[in-house]
Amino acid sequence: MKAALPPPPSKVTGGGGEILYSFKERTIKILFTVLAFASLFFLAGIVFVLFKESLPLFSEVKIFHFLFGKHWYPTYDPADFGVLPLILGSVWVTVGALVVCVPLGIGTALYVYELASARQRQILKPVIEILGGIPSIVYGFFGMLIVAPFVQKLFNIPTGLCALTASVVLGIMAIPTVASISEDALSFVPSSFREASFALGANRWQTLIKVIIPAAASGISTSVILGMSRVVGETMTVLMVSGGSAVIPGSFFDSVRPMTSAIAAEMGEAAVGSNHYHALFAIGLILFFITLIFNAAAEMISKKYRVKLGLDR
Amino acid sequence: MSTENNAVRIEAKNVNFYYGNHQAIKNMSINFYDNKVTAFIGPSGCGKSTFIRLLNKMNDLVIGTRVEGNIFLDGDDILDKKIDVVKIRRKVGMVFQKPNPFPKTIFQNIAYGLEINGERNKKKIAQTVEESLRKAALWNEVKDRLHDNALKLSGGQQQRLCIARCLAVEPEVILFDEPCASLDPISTTKIEDLILELKKQYTIVIVTHNMQQAARVSDYTAFMYLGELIEFGPTSKVFTVPAEKKTEEYLSGKFG
Repeated sequence: MKAALPPPPSKVTGGGGEILYSFKERTIKILFTVLAFASLFFLAGIVFVLFKESLPLFSEVKIFHFLFGKHWYPTYDPADFGVLPLILGSVWVTVGALVVCVPLGIGTALYVYELASARQRQILKPVIEILGGIPSIVYGFFGMLIVAPFVQKLFNIPTGLCALTASVVLGIMAIPTVASISEDALSFVPSSFREASFALGANRWQTLIKVIIPAAASGISTSVILGMSRVVGETMTVLMVSGGSAVIPGSFFDSVRPMTSAIAAEMGEAAVGSNHYHALFAIGLILFFITLIFNAAAEMISKKYRVKLGLDR
Repeated sequence: MSTENNAVRIEAKNVNFYYGNHQAIKNMSINFYDNKVTAFIGPSGCGKSTFIRLLNKMNDLVIGTRVEGNIFLDGDDILDKKIDVVKIRRKVGMVFQKPNPFPKTIFQNIAYGLEINGERNKKKIAQTVEESLRKAALWNEVKDRLHDNALKLSGGQQQRLCIARCLAVEPEVILFDEPCASLDPISTTKIEDLILELKKQYTIVIVTHNMQQAARVSDYTAFMYLGELIEFGPTSKVFTVPAEKKTEEYLSGKFG
């Protein structure tokens, strides 16, 4: 590490200055190294806790049964820890949310990039950021008070708290993620591609569809994956609007209990050290792996994208 | 001015161009001849690039600009607001300062111009791709990897690909905006040879910072300074016995 230090500057500071300088330099370097590695330390700690608290479950419940069991009856006697209903709850809500956030998010990005005037852009971009900054509990209120009753009346179902409502609310929540990352990806496409296309006689539409969007495709896919990541990990909103039945959903009108809301709802009542307690940690572990995979995929795609555009050279 | 009686392809008359309040082109009139290379020289910011970008309406993409005057191409006024921009750009191709192939395959890069023109015939497309690459002296280097990403090519190859891409849509005029600015000497020589070959078929306009390059490739030279056309004439004359003092000063390196 010593070799990496730059040579101290000329001795203008006079006697002792040089020593002081290198002391300061070293202190700052150590400080920032510690700070940089702190997040790694926290990550390792979290992973450790997740494993430590979830592994005891598997001495009593087989992993296969846990992952694919169709019944989540954690408080019954005998208890059943099949997490499939919760996984499917998350899957339904996530897929539904994608149906909402992908067209709206990408559509927003395309509008802001291609059609919006400078003034509209000045308004739209901060508004999108603000939408992303609203606390999730507020989205929960919005879902309970507006979306759920609307869905209930529209489809004439017994309760509006169902997978559909959760999908709509989570989809709206994920729009800013999809829109702003997609818009970044679009504006990252070098303007020289645009000029080249126009110079060949292409119109705006052809240029957008055949040159700009393909060049930004990986960035746009990244935005979708990160949007998914946001939806899968979201807890408060789903807890409030998804209904909460831990049953394998048969339609979007069914009440569901996604993994996150199961943990949030049940952690308070699970006795520390019980199987139920360990099972909730195991669900946390599944969520951790899902988001890890999503983030790794997003990272890989955006790296490929930089190479593809020749930005890495 | 033309001693060899080549037909005038483009005729610019009293062109003024403004970026906001700044006048970048001042009352310029100039003709470009068939099968001739016309070079624009002059110090940075003198309006050379701005002027040639008027010829295929690329300045339309810049907000807050205004243009006056006429530029005639085959009887149409390019500066007429009602003119079909797409038609003009198809007649007047452009090769840019920095090679800018699309992040697609070599084949797709050239096929693009045909596809946007509505060409569906796969055979015809493949044939044009080959012809264009041959004309751009790139075919032998890439014929075995037409489906590789164009960005894997070297800078000089990329620039020749951009030339091939431009040729594929069968323009009448080709504008080169400092095409060798980012290339090494060997690639530069190849592009210059190519320009001399292409002039047999096309009208060529080139902007260059390199006076030797202008002397090597052009038949006519236009010297611009602060938005004005100071001198225009056969290259041999402009470089040896310039009529204007300013031209002489520039050529001898007194400013630049």
